Amino acid sequence: MSLFIISHLTFQEAARRKILLAALLLGLLFLIVFGLGYHFIIQGLEKDLGSSGLLQLNEARNFLLMAGMYVVNFLVVMMTVLTSVDTLSGEISSGTIHTLVAKPIQRWEILMGKWLGFAGMITLYVLLMGGGIMMFVYLRSGYSVPHPLHALELIWLNALILLAVSLLGGSKLSTLANGVLVFGLYGVAFIGGWIEQIGGFLPDQTASQVATNIGIITSLFMPSEALWKRAAHEIQSPVAAALGFTPFSAGSYPSLVMIIYSILFLLVVLGLAVRFFDQRDL
Amino acid sequence: MSPDSLAIETHGLCKAFGEKVAVQDLTLSVDRGEVFGFLGPNGAGKTTSVKMLLDLVSPSGGEGFLFGVPLTDSTIRKRIGFLPEHFRFHDWLKAEEFLALHADLYHIPKVNARKRISELLDLVGLTPHSQKKLREFSKGMLQRIGLAQALLNHPELVILDEPTSGLDPVGRRLVRDIIHDLREKGTTVFLNSHLLSEVEVTCDRVAFIKRGEVIQISSLQSLVEGETSVEVRAEPLLPEIVNGLTKWSQNVRVDGGHLFFTLDSEKNIPEINQYLVEHGVEVFSIHPQHVSLEDLFIQIVGTDGGL
Repeated sequence: MSLFIISHLTFQEAARRKILLAALLLGLLFLIVFGLGYHFIIQGLEKDLGSSGLLQLNEARNFLLMAGMYVVNFLVVMMTVLTSVDTLSGEISSGTIHTLVAKPIQRWEILMGKWLGFAGMITLYVLLMGGGIMMFVYLRSGYSVPHPLHALELIWLNALILLAVSLLGGSKLSTLANGVLVFGLYGVAFIGGWIEQIGGFLPDQTASQVATNIGIITSLFMPSEALWKRAAHEIQSPVAAALGFTPFSAGSYPSLVMIIYSILFLLVVLGLAVRFFDQRDL
Repeated sequence: MSPDSLAIETHGLCKAFGEKVAVQDLTLSVDRGEVFGFLGPNGAGKTTSVKMLLDLVSPSGGEGFLFGVPLTDSTIRKRIGFLPEHFRFHDWLKAEEFLALHADLYHIPKVNARKRISELLDLVGLTPHSQKKLREFSKGMLQRIGLAQALLNHPELVILDEPTSGLDPVGRRLVRDIIHDLREKGTTVFLNSHLLSEVEVTCDRVAFIKRGEVIQISSLQSLVEGETSVEVRAEPLLPEIVNGLTKWSQNVRVDGGHLFFTLDSEKNIPEINQYLVEHGVEVFSIHPQHVSLEDLFIQIVGTDGGL
């Protein structure tokens, strides 16, 4: 099927352009730095707290893992957008796409083939990075977070959405404009999420409600920050959850409805991307 | 799809990009097995027309068919080969991989593809470079690999968009030879070019396009058979003898030992030769020259180039 030829081509291109190698090496470096930091911090705490401080130790483990996952989520977002932002617009502007489209292939197969190819890479990257630090913590301390797989799935879903938005932009805009669009939307969702989070602590009910609404509305435009908050909720310790606030997660977290909305959002964005690319004069 | 449908048939295809009309009323019919030249100055809408034929650009109006199948039906492109202008390809692929990719896209079974790829690499003279990345290719080599790519599927119709622009004489010769081979095999060729000498030696019929409009379609035969200019080297060219030539031509000119005149038909040349010999003129050479396509192009399109 032509779709899989394009997926394979997308993968092959990333491999040939040394993108996969760079991501792998820097990913390993990230894991080493995290591992060293984690090891020595926990070792120090183990000495100080002794066997009586298991609760505090687990909180520290959770906190460090949460910090690691926060960075992983950020890196996944970056990698997703940077690798995919040029794939359509670049081939359109250079004319490389002409020989592809002039074959017995439908445009949606090209777009979905690319999406699938990048989605495959993202999957591996999420597993390597997120799975890597969780695995390290488990092997080092025998500690695991409440719902590790849920968290990885949500980070993954977030990346798949950004990938779809990046392809949607690429079907209409130049590479630079597309980059501005995707990171711009991500930034809006990001600040919206923080406003909601900080607003949650305001004593004034009205102000707090406004802040919450801002957060909800921005997450409807781009659910990426909401998905991270839900992922953070899945990995945070029950104690931190009871306290209601850590630097990396929120007291309130998005419901299951938000996740369903995100999946629908992904489908709609992909549908629009196919439609726009289909109508595009090349 | 009927077996005798035309290779290309369009009715009133047009394309506007916003206010700018790139193509208006493109009505063409190209027979199977024909080598068809599409001529016009830069910016006349040639590339946009080609892109509409391949569904790269969707027309603002009109309709078109390849072998009786609507342009928008992607399955028809299984039978088409296309070489885009500028020859921009996935340059991180090796030559052989590039052809394998496009063979896959044509759904050619792997075993057949391997054989076809080595045949084509041979044809375009790139066998020694099959393991080189396209990034390392010169423009001429890219054109060759692009041509090979357009022939992978033994196409019934090959569309070449400015296949020789910016190429050295060897590259142009290759394109010409390939077009000749295709004609022999009965393949239809649609050649979009502004290099008239190319068209002159390869095409059966030509369409002239200016400001997005087809202004004339003629067979090359009828175009060049029309007027013939003749140069004769002979002596002595006495005025009374020269005057006698006005029977055949109104514009006779003498320049040194050379006689120049134009004829409506080549058929009069033997008569003229006989006339000269009978009047004691020694004829060293008679050189009939057809009006070049370039002259015709200027006549039809105008010197402003349609700008």
